[in-house]
Amino acid sequence: MNPSQGNAVQRPPIDAEPVLRLAGITKRFPGVVALNSVDFDVRPGEVHALLGENGAGKSTLMKVLAGKHKANEGKIILGGEEMEFENPKHAKRAGVVLIHQEQSLVPEMTVAENIFLGSLPKKWGNRVDWRKLREDTNKILETLKCSFQHDDLVGSLSIAKKQMVEIARALVFTPRVVVFDEPTASLTDHEKPVLYDVIHSLCDQGVGIVYISHRMDEIFHLSHRISVLRDGEYTGTVNTCATSEDEVTRMMIGRSLELDHASKPSEFGDNMLEIRNLSVKRVFEDVSFNVRKGEIVGMYGLVGAGRSEVAETIFGLRTPVAGDVVLDGEVVNFRHSHDAVAAGIALVPEDRKDQGLILGMNCRDNMTLAGLGTVSSMGFMKGSAERTVYDKYQQAMKIKTPGWRQKVGNLSGGNQQKIVIGKWLHTHPKLLILDEPTRGIDVGSKAEIHALVKDLAKSGYAVLVISSEMPEVLGLSNRIIAMYDGRVTAEFDGDSVSEDELVQAITGMGKPSPTAAVTG
Amino acid sequence: MSFLSAQGILVFFLLGMVVFSFFSEQFLSQSNIMTVVRQASIIGIIAVGVTVVIIGGNLDLSVGSLLSFSTVLVVDLHDKIGPVNAILLMFALTLLIGAVNGFLIGFMRLNSLIVTLAMLSAIQGLVLIYSGGQNVDIANQQGTWFAFFGRGYVAGIAVPILLFGLLAIVVQVVMSYTGYGRRIFAVGGNPMAAVYSGIRKNWCVFSTYLISAFCVACAALVLGSRVMGSQNNVGQGYELLVLAGIILGGTSLLGGAGSIWKTVIGVLILGFIQNGLLLMGYPYYIQWIVTWVIIILAVWLDLANKRKRLLTTHS
Repeated sequence: MNPSQGNAVQRPPIDAEPVLRLAGITKRFPGVVALNSVDFDVRPGEVHALLGENGAGKSTLMKVLAGKHKANEGKIILGGEEMEFENPKHAKRAGVVLIHQEQSLVPEMTVAENIFLGSLPKKWGNRVDWRKLREDTNKILETLKCSFQHDDLVGSLSIAKKQMVEIARALVFTPRVVVFDEPTASLTDHEKPVLYDVIHSLCDQGVGIVYISHRMDEIFHLSHRISVLRDGEYTGTVNTCATSEDEVTRMMIGRSLELDHASKPSEFGDNMLEIRNLSVKRVFEDVSFNVRKGEIVGMYGLVGAGRSEVAETIFGLRTPVAGDVVLDGEVVNFRHSHDAVAAGIALVPEDRKDQGLILGMNCRDNMTLAGLGTVSSMGFMKGSAERTVYDKYQQAMKIKTPGWRQKVGNLSGGNQQKIVIGKWLHTHPKLLILDEPTRGIDVGSKAEIHALVKDLAKSGYAVLVISSEMPEVLGLSNRIIAMYDGRVTAEFDGDSVSEDELVQAITGMGKPSPTAAVTG
Repeated sequence: MSFLSAQGILVFFLLGMVVFSFFSEQFLSQSNIMTVVRQASIIGIIAVGVTVVIIGGNLDLSVGSLLSFSTVLVVDLHDKIGPVNAILLMFALTLLIGAVNGFLIGFMRLNSLIVTLAMLSAIQGLVLIYSGGQNVDIANQQGTWFAFFGRGYVAGIAVPILLFGLLAIVVQVVMSYTGYGRRIFAVGGNPMAAVYSGIRKNWCVFSTYLISAFCVACAALVLGSRVMGSQNNVGQGYELLVLAGIILGGTSLLGGAGSIWKTVIGVLILGFIQNGLLLMGYPYYIQWIVTWVIIILAVWLDLANKRKRLLTTHS
């Protein structure tokens, strides 16, 4: 939540016949109407942002568009022609491509093979035409100004570069409409401009872009128009240059959002956590900092700077070669997460699906998993105690579920994250570490989580927040620790630091990077 | 329809019973049913343990030759050191082998399929070295209380059935109502998230192989006591029958889900099918082929169900 953003770059709407029009799309699943008569269109050369809270129907709408789901009612009109897509491949050939939120690349294959997966160029005898494959790939990589080679293994690329491969894939068939679903969810501020450049150059070629994101700053920076969905209903389309964040938010959640203006915690106690010269081989080196009771410390840096690894080391998941972790005045240096949990450390991990949750388990069981001892006696689970715990945090955090028996895999991202946080609050930790606590979460839930974190700190928790989002770090932290390439490069006061200073510290550069203009 | 898919295996079970009863009057007689359950109880006892391993996200293929090992051991030692010592030593050595599996898979993090497959081969060799290729038997078969485990009756019910039932109930309770059971489900469902929740994953995996070995030891007790002798390869192929029962019951091989209750049903279905085929006059080796068909069918039905569920959930 950065109140100063939003009016930096705004583009007037493009006046042209839409290249794609969705009219009256209705999609029903057993028991739910996911989309109710939704209208949406994209003009050539424009970026049309699609907004809505998690579960509002954005993804379903895009799946209908890309041929993954079939609409029960409504029409898809592409370039004036009514289409009925049988499957994603069909849609792709017609020129509608979806860049996936979850990456669907084969890590063991090369960039070229991934880009042309399913449509490898062939020569006689049904053999792969490797030379054509190489040439075609290089052509695409050139237009995207990619820094990697056609024969690099995809598994060896960074997340940002993998995403470029995904985009390259979309360019195999001359696309008319490209859908980006949360493209920046796993990118750092530093990596975003490259993506923006690609989007601009696609626009210049007359491609229509649908851009789904929860990040207001990006949407206002990129888009020409904004459409909003709420609970499967279309609530309207506005021109980006003639609207405000407030208006869009109201359209999304049906009310005006109390933007996150709650004050930061201000009363601190003694040191709860002290890290002394901690090093893990080839990951980070000589890291020292401290977190006091009642204080929120932000850790800011690029992906790969070693932030999550520091957290994992504190939590006993990595073995340091040097240095100490001091918790509440005692040198602890945990060897196993079990000991860290027992001593009162909680880690809300970066990847909630892989590290945070057992997706096939129900909400209640996930919530009590880290504190089984408190809801059992003599080893036997006490069902009523478990329910009490679940009800308490479900109500406190307004988690939306059909009931405790619901499998967490079926919840929206925001609610999943709240379950993970609830799981750790239930252990009553001394130190709460949150790694990217609001990644891929809608604005409503995000504001709630931010407010919650501040409240927790005010009630005495020591909190360490790791984030790649500058507004989040600035909005939450009393102090900010900047990391670059495995080292702590600077420590700032959270209220007086400038964005330029932060960017310099995390990029290891002497002058501010172009990122500052984007996020500012 | 939702009832059918949830209870599909039970419906399938009852339907099969009806069909077989048309072909053979004996099939539904009380004595035949008891015979079938008694025969199935050895596979059942082992399957209870292997189900725990599978819920924890691993496999145990070594149970077949481990059964050979334990049975040969307890029968051979019966006359040499007396029944009590023989039973104690057999349990200790069986658990030791389980611990080796558990150590390699839990702590060394080796692939469970490969470790237990290798163990299957290693134990078969161990049995032959131990017995020198000779079959073993108990000399005085009438005068030993050791007969109780395989041939005895309590309140009119055969001891193997009681043992099977007791183990199934105890393990089911442990899996459903204790913190330990919850941890096993968590480790099988998502090992990484379990570790990030402070669960000692390595110990959990290790312990499932102890449970599996304990169940094999119980099965060896029943088998040795019933036959009062043992061939070197008496347990050969049991690992597949056990897996067949588990899969048939509907426990997913992916881990993190399943129940002992399902496994009991699966094992019984398998037993009744084999018995029904015999009563209908087919040679016994036909059951191997039929078992294969049934497993494929069960897995396919399970998968079809999952696909349908995937298609109807949106997100």
